[in-house]
Amino acid sequence: MSSRCGSARGSVLLAAAVLLAGCDREQRRFSEAPPSASPSEIVRVSALQPGPAIIASSSSNRYDGNAYAISQGQRLYTWFNCAGCHANGGGGMGPPLMDTTWIYGSAPAQIYRSIVEGRPNGMPSWGGRIPNEQVWMLVAYVRSMAGLTPADARSSRPDHMMALPGSQILVEPQR
Amino acid sequence: MTTETSAPVAEAIGSDDDAALAELERVWRPRPGLRGWLTTTDHKAIARRYVVTAFVWFALAGLNAVVMRLQLAQPERGLVGPDRYNQLFTVHGSAMMFLFAVPVMQAMAIYLVPLLVGARNISYPRLNAFGYWMFLIGGVLLFASFYLNMGPDTGWFAYVPLSGPQYTPGKRADVWAQMVTFTEIAGLVAAVELLATIFKTRAPGMSLDRMPLYVWSILVTSLMILFALPAVAIASTLMLAMDRLVATHFFNPAEGGDPLLWQHLFWFFGHPEVYIMFIPGLGFVSSIVETFARRRVFGYPVMVASLVLTGFVAFGLWVHHMFATPIPQLGRGFFTAASVLIAIPTGVQIFCWIATIWSGRPRFATAMLFAIGFIVVFTIGGITGVMQASVAFDLQVHDTFFVVAHFHYVILGGVLFPLFGAVYLWFPKFTGRLLDERLGRWHVALFFIGTNLAFFPMHLLGLQGMPRRIYTYRPELGWGDLNLLATVGAAIIGVSVLLFVVNVLRSRRHGALAGDDPWQGSTLEWAATSPPATYNFRDTPVCRSVTPLWSGDGEPAEALPVVTGLATHRRQILVTTVLDAVPDNRHNHPADTSAPFWMAATLGVTFIGAIFTPWAYVIGFALAGIAFAIWAWPRGDHPEDAVLPRRGES
Amino acid sequence: MSARPLLLGCVALAGCGGARNQSALAPEGPVAGEVASLWWFALAVATAVYLATVGALAWAAWRARRRAARGEATDPARDHRRMTVAVSVGGALTVVILLGFFVRDLAAARALRIPVTRDHVKIRVTGHQWWWSIEYPHPDPSQRVTDANELHVPTGIPVLVEVTSHDVIHSLWAPNLAGKKDLIPRYVDTLWFQVDRPGVYGAQCAEFCGHQHAKMALPVVAHAPRDYAGWLARARRPAAEPSDSMARRGREIFLSGPCALCHAITGTPAGSRVGPELTHLASRRTLAAGTLPNGKGNLAAWILDPQRIKPGTAMPATALPPADLEALLAYLGGLQ
Repeated sequence: MSSRCGSARGSVLLAAAVLLAGCDREQRRFSEAPPSASPSEIVRVSALQPGPAIIASSSSNRYDGNAYAISQGQRLYTWFNCAGCHANGGGGMGPPLMDTTWIYGSAPAQIYRSIVEGRPNGMPSWGGRIPNEQVWMLVAYVRSMAGLTPADARSSRPDHMMALPGSQILVEPQR
Repeated sequence: MTTETSAPVAEAIGSDDDAALAELERVWRPRPGLRGWLTTTDHKAIARRYVVTAFVWFALAGLNAVVMRLQLAQPERGLVGPDRYNQLFTVHGSAMMFLFAVPVMQAMAIYLVPLLVGARNISYPRLNAFGYWMFLIGGVLLFASFYLNMGPDTGWFAYVPLSGPQYTPGKRADVWAQMVTFTEIAGLVAAVELLATIFKTRAPGMSLDRMPLYVWSILVTSLMILFALPAVAIASTLMLAMDRLVATHFFNPAEGGDPLLWQHLFWFFGHPEVYIMFIPGLGFVSSIVETFARRRVFGYPVMVASLVLTGFVAFGLWVHHMFATPIPQLGRGFFTAASVLIAIPTGVQIFCWIATIWSGRPRFATAMLFAIGFIVVFTIGGITGVMQASVAFDLQVHDTFFVVAHFHYVILGGVLFPLFGAVYLWFPKFTGRLLDERLGRWHVALFFIGTNLAFFPMHLLGLQGMPRRIYTYRPELGWGDLNLLATVGAAIIGVSVLLFVVNVLRSRRHGALAGDDPWQGSTLEWAATSPPATYNFRDTPVCRSVTPLWSGDGEPAEALPVVTGLATHRRQILVTTVLDAVPDNRHNHPADTSAPFWMAATLGVTFIGAIFTPWAYVIGFALAGIAFAIWAWPRGDHPEDAVLPRRGES
Repeated sequence: MSARPLLLGCVALAGCGGARNQSALAPEGPVAGEVASLWWFALAVATAVYLATVGALAWAAWRARRRAARGEATDPARDHRRMTVAVSVGGALTVVILLGFFVRDLAAARALRIPVTRDHVKIRVTGHQWWWSIEYPHPDPSQRVTDANELHVPTGIPVLVEVTSHDVIHSLWAPNLAGKKDLIPRYVDTLWFQVDRPGVYGAQCAEFCGHQHAKMALPVVAHAPRDYAGWLARARRPAAEPSDSMARRGREIFLSGPCALCHAITGTPAGSRVGPELTHLASRRTLAAGTLPNGKGNLAAWILDPQRIKPGTAMPATALPPADLEALLAYLGGLQ
């Protein structure tokens, strides 16, 4: 009897260790400081640099693997009418967000900067309008549309019309 | 093939031909150690672990309830936040309904039904083992997820769109959906086995009108399971899981789906589910009352008809959970009528039990006290249930604590009281020792007091405006005092359950020895040893009446007739006809094997993987196919040949 | 149905806790009153049936013990006859009582049909996670009112509330006034009630709808018909102009900061329907759907950190320097 319990206990611990890796996905952070209120390091949107390339420190978005943040980003995307220019990722007046072409870069800090600062040819500057943590949620959601976030943190579709094919990809896009 | 002889009751087994007996024992013996644990197909071994596992889930879900009650004991308490609270009540409800209430009733039936019908084992023994492993995986999935902050948090009923892909991000609702898959498969296979056992392997002479009432209750329950469980399996495993995983639109109102469809599918299962939990409890009460009133239960045909009618009508009630939704007025009226109607058979059963006690010579042992407690507690819940059949009244109390009070009264009264009573009744049969009567009286008294103290105030709370599933409430609403009272009651319930556990653990080792038939019971299980041999009965008993072990009321019979002729060199059971239990043929059972375990393991990989990716179905079913091939592979001329000569034996 | 048992019941239960303005046992209108009288009838019958059943059980046990203790001889045939009669009578009584209850319920259902032929008021309520948007329709679009988190109704005439949901399933329940109705996306259903006397009655969401289901209340304010017309006229006016420079600065902050992205104030460029309408915020009794009493301090706390008060709510924390916060509060405080 005791040997059975021992072996069962061991396998449970192993399974727990494996599962703990996915723990961050399920966190619902309601009142927490967002990943970085203002990214201080230089965020480059162009790959062109004079002289030897300076390796930019990549600040990852802690919300990337967080299902709650991506889902909130999805709702904010609808509420703030991003679809007005970007449709549901397919683009229109604005560029598509679910393809692999990123004019100003796909790193979280780069997308954050694009939203906050605005971009030429029509992207408004939302800084001071959308609070910081909501911008980071939008960043996570936008990245999820292109398949750049872990698959299990993305939800398959929203509950309104025109399902977003970008947020439930069976096969990752070619990079 | 069959020869009818007579043997004294006490010596019906284990006598005379020692060599044949030794062979029988060897053939039915499980393998030693861990291998035996993984490969056994003995219904008693599987049922024992099934019952214990179910009680473990019961205890864990009960802890959830304690935390919930502590949170609600005072207004605006900050013990747990809304996210954790939502997981607490969802896991509490899901575990109690899916992992405890139905499985424990099935597990008790898996143990008792073969003994009560005089069979050597349950039908489809490998399927039985498989069912347990699926149940275990489902429970581990739910609780492990809960402790890893991945527990489902949308209620045990998981209404869409809240549990859909947009409003419940992450994998919590997928965990719920797949947990349901495991428990539904386990429930369905147990129902199939029990039906086959009841229909085809009863003792000769046990025609349908001589079957014990408990066996009738299991028959009705198993048929209900076959029709009810697929509805929720389709809704959760197929439709909800697919909505969440691969963007189907079953429940997306914007694309033509319908949130009400979920409610219909769920409650078509959900209402029969509560009767599936409750009807075996009715069977338990019949057994307890018969044994301790020392009189055959009055009105056997009426009792059987009541069970069957309850089972039927239970399928016509489900919309009473949806009275607040936009459904037609005429439709509502139909379900009001059905919900009122279903009280009649149960009421008649209660009258028959009262009549039995009135004309019997009752002994108020603990088991009998639980049966009486059932009548006192359940009737309150039944009455509030009939009240809620009225649409107008239901619209006031739906989704309030009045409903919480109602269903806890019917569940604690109709499921827990009979279950505890059944354990006190049959513990001597399971283990050979009696449970302590003094501790038992404390158990029943505290459980009774705790139940009433915890749940009676909730009737008032619901009428005073307190809705369900809230993690806190404002002080000016005035709900604090009654909530505090309810919390005290919950604590008393916890203490009583603790006493029960102590009683069981102590009595297993140090309880008074019971002998084969401590209560002078009326049904066939008391003719087996305590605990029964792996093969239950040396010779299959013959059944001459509803109370085969009694000659009159409460008087033990002189001798129990048996039929001989079943083989002792292989695992053989006697198959009889459906209506009159005339011996028909002999059937050979398969040897012990670990194939059911591997089948369950591969399906576990499939369905747990399907939480994360649809490819799990492809890979997993392929693996499961291999496991099934191993299970079902034909093995020569006699595929169920139980015994090949062991190494070293001739 | 007579009011006397109602009154007696209310008096009896008055001491048992509960707030009178959110209780099904304190009906304030004919709909809730009909249900309450049905409840008292059912309770009376239920108590009688229960006492009879448990009494029969106790008597049966006592009588059997006495018979066994005295060693009386039993007459099985006579016992069997008696039991058959008793169980048959019990069963027949059960059927009759249940039939009686069913008929009584049918009568209640008839009395509770929606009175569409009479003069009535129509209001539309839409549920959101976790607030209510209220629309007072009118054929003339300029006379329509959009409000949030407080329902205003006239007394004395039927109120038909058309309910639907924007996201998940909610349920509107004002226990003093009527039973509940589920708010289901893409379905519109009608809840009706009539209020007898003016007052403020509590309503709450009654279908689990996510993290803050517990804090989704809706005060129902009933006015006498004349007062109601006055309230409606005030509600139709656009937002009050800021009275001083501080309030004007507050309006600037509202329009140029994150607030206008989600909240609408008629008469200003802010027109977003994402969050509750704020045109007459200062006239409301509560904030955040009944979570906090309305007041300057509570409003400040809510603006600065709503997640502390209602964790999970869609409103983000807004960090404002103290002077800006004061200005904003001054402006919002003027929105009567």
